Amino acid sequence: MTELTCIVCPKGCRLKVDEENHFEVAGASCPRGIAYGKKELTAPTRTVTTTVAIEGALHSRLPVKTSQEIDRALVKKAVEALKAVRVKAPVKTGEVVLKDVLGTGADFIAAKEMGRVPL
Amino acid sequence: MQTMYDVLVIGAGITGGCVLHELSKYQLNIAVIDRENDAAQGTTKANSAIVHAGYDPLPGTKMAFHNVRGNRMVKELCERFQVHYSECGSLVIAADDGEAEAVRNLYERGIKNGVPGLKILSREETLKLEPNLNPEIQCSLYAPTAGIVSPWELCIALVENAVENGASFYLNHEVTAIAQEEGGYAVSTKNGAVFHTRYLVCAAGVYADAVHAMAAPADFSISPAKGEYYLLDKNQGSLVSRVIFQCPTKAGKGVLVSPTVHGNLIVGPDRTDGCGREELSTEGAHLAEIREVSRKTCDRIDFRQSIRNFAGLRAISGQEDFIIREIPGRPGLIELAGIQSPGLTSAPSIALEAVELLQKAGLELVKKESLRAPRKAVRIKELSPEEQREKIKENPLYGRVICRCETITEGEIVDALKSPIIPPAVDAVKRRTNAGMGRCQGGFCSPRVLEIIAREKGIDPTEVLQDKEGSFILPRFQGEKQL
Amino acid sequence: MKYDIVVIGGGPAGLAAAVSAWEHGARRILILERDKELGGILNQCIHNGFGLHYFKEELTGPEYAGRFIELLRQTGVEVKLDTMVLHITKEKEIHAVNTKDGYMVIEAKAVILAMGCRERTRGAIAIPGDRPSGIFTAGTAQRYINMEGYLCGKRVVVLGSGDIGLIMARRMTLEGAEVLACVELMPYSNGLNRNIVQCLNDYGIPLYLSHTITKIEGKRRVERVTVSKVDGERRPIPGTEMVFDCDTVLLSVGLIPENELTREAEIVMDPRTNGAVVYENMETSLPGVFACGNAVHVHDLVDFVSAESAKAGAAAANYLAGEKDSAGPIVEIANGNGVGYTVPQKLRLEAINAPVELYFRVRQVYGKSDLVLKSGERELLRLRRERMAPGEMEKIVLPPSKLAKADSGLTLSVEEEPV
Repeated sequence: MTELTCIVCPKGCRLKVDEENHFEVAGASCPRGIAYGKKELTAPTRTVTTTVAIEGALHSRLPVKTSQEIDRALVKKAVEALKAVRVKAPVKTGEVVLKDVLGTGADFIAAKEMGRVPL
Repeated sequence: MQTMYDVLVIGAGITGGCVLHELSKYQLNIAVIDRENDAAQGTTKANSAIVHAGYDPLPGTKMAFHNVRGNRMVKELCERFQVHYSECGSLVIAADDGEAEAVRNLYERGIKNGVPGLKILSREETLKLEPNLNPEIQCSLYAPTAGIVSPWELCIALVENAVENGASFYLNHEVTAIAQEEGGYAVSTKNGAVFHTRYLVCAAGVYADAVHAMAAPADFSISPAKGEYYLLDKNQGSLVSRVIFQCPTKAGKGVLVSPTVHGNLIVGPDRTDGCGREELSTEGAHLAEIREVSRKTCDRIDFRQSIRNFAGLRAISGQEDFIIREIPGRPGLIELAGIQSPGLTSAPSIALEAVELLQKAGLELVKKESLRAPRKAVRIKELSPEEQREKIKENPLYGRVICRCETITEGEIVDALKSPIIPPAVDAVKRRTNAGMGRCQGGFCSPRVLEIIAREKGIDPTEVLQDKEGSFILPRFQGEKQL
Repeated sequence: MKYDIVVIGGGPAGLAAAVSAWEHGARRILILERDKELGGILNQCIHNGFGLHYFKEELTGPEYAGRFIELLRQTGVEVKLDTMVLHITKEKEIHAVNTKDGYMVIEAKAVILAMGCRERTRGAIAIPGDRPSGIFTAGTAQRYINMEGYLCGKRVVVLGSGDIGLIMARRMTLEGAEVLACVELMPYSNGLNRNIVQCLNDYGIPLYLSHTITKIEGKRRVERVTVSKVDGERRPIPGTEMVFDCDTVLLSVGLIPENELTREAEIVMDPRTNGAVVYENMETSLPGVFACGNAVHVHDLVDFVSAESAKAGAAAANYLAGEKDSAGPIVEIANGNGVGYTVPQKLRLEAINAPVELYFRVRQVYGKSDLVLKSGERELLRLRRERMAPGEMEKIVLPPSKLAKADSGLTLSVEEEPV
């Protein structure tokens, strides 16, 4: 049995998920909460938001995010994977910065348009 | 050939700074050394910032003399050096008969000390001047010549001008030994430097006894007494218009409530005796006590508007008076010790006495034919729109506001970074320009100031300091590059 | 220089207000922004969770800002970046400065105040101890990390469980720092539930409720902090001290609306919000001057900032079109039981022809309870809530039909369900 707080809405139901019993969810006040509780314990996923080095832009970091949620356990490694990447301005929002991150099928994409700034 | 200084000053606080500045008027080879990375890093940057009128010290003491003479000198210096100063006057308030008696004694003392303009004000007169004071007062002592000042601005301006007039300065030089040698003294520092000088002036603040002991048998000791403060937002700055002291009682000296030259309100200090020389921490119970005690002066202070707490150390020597002397048996070694309150006010006057002592000890004083005038810092926010337009045309960086709370521009920060004593840290820039002094306490501008410092000095941002040596803002972790 | 509308601030509030004013027919609109780009604080909020209400999709901060910047590009709104507004006069004269135009005096027919907010600092909460480097407000650390690429510490204690603090706890962990604890003075977190789960729980960062930092030590850089439990009066309890060896303290202890300009123009302020008192259309006490976003009251969701600011922009356009406020009765909304403040604070009943959105915060955590709006003794509206907390801004919609029944001052209160 695992207890967790539902984050589907601000109500914050205290969920009890029973791993022994097909991940049955108790304490949720809506179906979305039940789905959330189950997924959190079976296959939790997260969108990763971080930054990558960029040259020639107003700032030295470009915000990026994964194009879809990835396995929660891979989040830190995904951030690590970006350390080897350097981007050159200009960049458009949505442009792929790193393809197929750690074989998850998700790409890191630029989350901001950054123009080239003359030195 | 090694340099032989005519006079070496140990300590670049307000006392040493005033001595250096006074000496820079003469044809002398002089230098100042300090253990910290900037001038004004000791008590000079952490005190009440009051220019006392001079009714407090006992008549006949050096303190009384230097306080009253220094009071006028500080005013003149501030005008000449464009240092923020206001002759706002002070009140000592009396809440009961006993305190009224004490206030009258202060008045008598002030008269003996030669303090001009003192007056005992009735309750009504007092409240007319200061309507926000606690109405439960009997009377007050009004001293029109008391004032407020920016102590670090004054100190830095004096040292800077001395440097522009030929003085040398060595920061991050902590004195470890003083040896008498042929024709003077050899002063060694922690980083391996040795300075040779004919005359020596020690103005080492809370380290005065330690420096004394390097040169001569100990005959006094400094026991620092810590005072803690509240600095409040400008929206509290006009609660009072003058420095308001509580009447000293057996229970203590009380706390003062005063506007600052930058428009804030300062409340404090309390007193903790027997502190370490670097003990500058604030304590919850002490701050609570200050809040409580201040209610006697004014119960309308909104301490939620606090923008900063800080602590400073008084250099208490155990002697009632300032120690200003040539150390017996050490010709040409002048000591300025135990310079506690009213030390800031007294400093320019003490410097005159120090120079007299040097002269008595044989130093020849020949005035320089010409002196470089004080550097005029541009202060954009104090200019009219038309003047600002002109300045921005000259240098567009005067048009980029970096500190939004205090309206300080990039141009002013760059100017400071090009001044004779290059500020070594973000806080050093703050002490010169006021950037980061305001209500957000650098939250918004400190990353920008850091960036400007790194750019102007051509260093990596990870090398920029917050304040003293070692206070890195963006530390490098085991040599690893940042993100 | 003359403009019809000058918008002070090019963050989310200013952008939404300017776009909306344009859409409502206003022209000659100028945004003054102090930073070198539009978007305000969103530029450093690289995490996601923005836009669920406004765009019905989950965006990061820069993406959210990007949407509005794109909308702005399709208008003729002018923008001056790297420009600081110094003063606003009662006559709607704006004094501003930048490196290119120098010192400007701009005459505006209407002004929209969208200056946002700033973070509370260590001084504001008087944390005792030394004054070393390594103490950052969470937003400052966020800027260093997300925009400039400097991790500003390796062993971190976060004071305050506001959303930025929680977000930064995760951010620094992901970049290789160790976040030892998140310490919250109150018995509840001020952050969104989602952030507690995804920023603290995901990374095993302990949250200490009813605790505070009672001492910071370190002569040069932060070396350690002492954390103590507090009692019901928020006083530290002796004997409960925990010591954390750390090099960095992040402060997430609240936001304060930025209103120096507002005060200077002698606009009536609300001490509860630290923002201007506004009417239903976000107009302040100075006719033709409107305010929106975090300058009016601190929001948790940018979506509501955009909605509120669009309202201000529309109202400014209507003001220019000659639609003057009604001279009719003004009712004030008083805070009854459990309500900390409301925005708007005042309604001009005759001017209301559309539902009024009323934003507010409660003073404590509530379970099942009712929100009740009364006019005098007469109940106008009763709404059920399952849960409310001070950390989550509430919104109710007041239909004009209900408001028409108001004949005296309004009071909004929370009524708890009897146990």
